[in-house]
Amino acid sequence: MTSPTKKKFEFENNTDAPVDVDRVRAILNANDGARIRTWLSICSRCGLCAESCFVYVANDRDPRLSPAYKFSHTLGEMYRRKGKVDRAFLEKCYQIAWLQCTMCKRCSMYCPFGIDVATMIAVARSVCHSQGITPKQLAFFSDHCDKTGNHMGIPVEELVDTCEWMVEEVEDDYEGVTIPIDQPDAKYMYTVNPREPVYYPQDISYAAIIFAAAKESWTMPTFGWDCTNLPMFAGNRTLAGKQVKNVYDKAQELKAQHILITECGHAYRSMAFEGPYMAGYPDGKPPVKIKHYVQLLHEYLRDGRIQIDSDKKIKEPITYQDPCNVSRNGGLWEQARKIIPYIAEDFRDMAPNREHNHCCGGGGGIMPMGPDYKPYRMASGKLKADQIKATGAKFVITPCHNCFDQINDLSEEYDLGVKALSFKEIIVEAMIVPDHLKLECEK
Amino acid sequence: MMESDINWNSIYEILTGPALWFTFIFFVGGLLIRLAFLFRLSRKKDRVIYNHFSLAWGLRSIFQWMIPWASASMRQQPVFSIVAFIFHLSLLAVPLFLSAHIVLWEEAFGVRLWSMPDGLSDGLTLIFIAAALFLIARRRIRPEVRILTSAWDYALLGITMLPFITGFLAYHQWGPYEVLLILHILFSQILLILIPTTKLGHMVLFFLTRAFIGFEMGGRRGARSW
Repeated sequence: MTSPTKKKFEFENNTDAPVDVDRVRAILNANDGARIRTWLSICSRCGLCAESCFVYVANDRDPRLSPAYKFSHTLGEMYRRKGKVDRAFLEKCYQIAWLQCTMCKRCSMYCPFGIDVATMIAVARSVCHSQGITPKQLAFFSDHCDKTGNHMGIPVEELVDTCEWMVEEVEDDYEGVTIPIDQPDAKYMYTVNPREPVYYPQDISYAAIIFAAAKESWTMPTFGWDCTNLPMFAGNRTLAGKQVKNVYDKAQELKAQHILITECGHAYRSMAFEGPYMAGYPDGKPPVKIKHYVQLLHEYLRDGRIQIDSDKKIKEPITYQDPCNVSRNGGLWEQARKIIPYIAEDFRDMAPNREHNHCCGGGGGIMPMGPDYKPYRMASGKLKADQIKATGAKFVITPCHNCFDQINDLSEEYDLGVKALSFKEIIVEAMIVPDHLKLECEK
Repeated sequence: MMESDINWNSIYEILTGPALWFTFIFFVGGLLIRLAFLFRLSRKKDRVIYNHFSLAWGLRSIFQWMIPWASASMRQQPVFSIVAFIFHLSLLAVPLFLSAHIVLWEEAFGVRLWSMPDGLSDGLTLIFIAAALFLIARRRIRPEVRILTSAWDYALLGITMLPFITGFLAYHQWGPYEVLLILHILFSQILLILIPTTKLGHMVLFFLTRAFIGFEMGGRRGARSW
């Protein structure tokens, strides 16, 4: 990939201190299991993985961007050098592990041996992180997680205020919409992305309206409400484990039946699949059932708990962006496609789709890494832009915050004329307001 | 004459006697040791394998990658995948079922395998050599493969071809028969010894990594890894 910016990258720790080889070795040894050993030793360099990688395809098929090249020149090299690496090498690894791979895991389905490159890149990130070579913004967000339990560092009072404000906002339109705080024994403990209270508070009110319409038992916790996991993307495995454990522990404390995840991709992958391992649960299962908002909406529509006004269905062509961590890495592509006929008339799927979808280019932590990295996102996102263009859609539904922002950026960059939408906002717009939510004057 | 100084018969005796047994024991034992080592390691460090194990998804994942073009990835490069399929098929079938080998199997292990007609094994040998040359050429030509390829990758491909080339020449008696036969046996033994110790271990490890990704993606998430 040609680097759009020549300046030095901003690391968490820009020092010239020598690499702590013992620490690097400790991480390499801890991960030197049967899988990584086998993957590293049997890769036959056939190159089939290259074509599966959107970064490779979108960047003029630069041979240095194939998944096999990327893991071999990061983690593979670390093992070959037995951990004796220097800072210059780790800075190269930084570029590969954070700018050229979003850990979307598509290549593992295209490798004849099923080599899981994403897992190896994650270890390479951990090694870089151990030496302070972490994207500055991810380190900054991680620090917030460490101190406050959420990556934006929002104090409890502010979250509660936002919830109260959102309830007030909808009072003029709906009757009886509430946001129960720290309510024990709820069916769902609702967890969100801190971007919602900060930038998109209406997302929380949409959720509250939908819950109220479905007469759901739910609660918003005052701690452990951040389901995202930026420390996971920063390569800070210990903190990533703490981050998921905050949520698991709170759900157990409140005796919630499920942890419900907002329309966010990596949060679901982290909470449902990787979190138990990061938090040290030996059986690899989360202690509380995890549900994504897409699953919930699908159930509500299927069971008639939410009814859609067919006049309010979206008439313009729409398409669906499968977030990697909801579809391929979450298994929820069909649920999303079952929601769509309720809310849109002209659905045009992208090709490839479902578990074979391409990453939008905003995943793996590159979106929260900040504007300096936008040129990389835009270059790699070219493939997604072409896919969207080919559908002729005007709207792109996507239940993921990163995809959402990336698609709006891509639309501007490549003049696609599309707008990203979340399921919640469409449902709230299109649903038949049930009697118990109607204001007295409207009944 | 120089040639008579070398006792081809005694070299042949050693190669088909102790050296052959050493090779078989090293080949089978080496693979078993590698598997045992990985198994032990996995019990300690790869809980994810045992936590999510699913035989059905594992077998599906293996099966879908053993049928030509059954995976999306193979369909993306149809020529390469069919050549790779033929390469592996003839690599296994010719040495196992060649009529001249059938006799040897019976002598050594007392089992009588199906014997392939000579015309077929001859043809498959040529096809194998052609497939191997294609794979070498592909490594040279395609930039994304070339950048990954090391001298060792070419060497392994060459070593895999040598038993076929020498066997083919010996069968047709093109060149000095005794020398070719001995080289054929020697190269075959080198190849078998390399399998447990190199990336050629994918002969058995393929099934394990394939099964793992099958249930990791499929059993856990319903995503088909093919």
